[in-house]
Amino acid sequence: MKEKERPHERDVVVETISRLMIPFIQLFALYVIIHGAGGPGGGFQGGVIFGSSFVLFIIAFGIGKAGKRVSEAKLAVLTSLGVYIFAGVGVLCLIFTLGAVQYLNYGFVPLTSHFAENRALCMDFVEIGIGITVMAAITSIFFDLAWGRSEEGGGE
Amino acid sequence: MLEVVVVLVLVLGVFFLFVGAIGLLRFPDFYTRLHATGKCDTLGVGLVILGLLIYHLFYYSDSLLVCVKLFFLILFIFISNPTATYALMKAAYRTGVAPWKLGDERR
Repeated sequence: MKEKERPHERDVVVETISRLMIPFIQLFALYVIIHGAGGPGGGFQGGVIFGSSFVLFIIAFGIGKAGKRVSEAKLAVLTSLGVYIFAGVGVLCLIFTLGAVQYLNYGFVPLTSHFAENRALCMDFVEIGIGITVMAAITSIFFDLAWGRSEEGGGE
Repeated sequence: MLEVVVVLVLVLGVFFLFVGAIGLLRFPDFYTRLHATGKCDTLGVGLVILGLLIYHLFYYSDSLLVCVKLFFLILFIFISNPTATYALMKAAYRTGVAPWKLGDERR
């Protein structure tokens, strides 16, 4: 079952267009994440768009080249990092008010002087955390699917 | 006058989308269907967004950022849609989907 039917073929059109599009897709993902507090969008949607840019990279350049850049361990670290950011911002609310307000009550983190601004800023931090987790999870799922097809474990 | 131009552009775009849908339903095999939808969808969607862009440009000229966003939308659709069609077509050819010949039945 080694080197099964079809190794990755390079294709100049797909590679060039992917090289052109991937930065814009990632920029749009960051826009969606940051825009999430005050409009349509949010951490999950932005994370999915960011993850889809990596999926495009894997499809266009092959699992071998993509596996050299992103490892499974890094993705696991990123997945848990996002969850830690989400939980950490929630715990900050408890710490700054010495336990007087609820967990994840963002208005009480003293970043600025206004309650609403605090809440918006902390919501952005939480959205970034969710985005990192979703991005890493989507990429990891796609890596697993792609590696299951060609070869178990280390790619080619 | 401006409404006439905008409606003409929109109707032209919808016409191309309609032709693409008819091609998708009527053509006999994968390649010809992709031929119809790939071209007509790109041009049709581009024209519809162009109509919206012209309308927004002259009636809500205080928010030009929307026009810039629509312009980039047209640009990226025109880059990525033909590439997707090309990749699908090439993948189908490499995996051995046989082209339709005159006299074959529809697939």
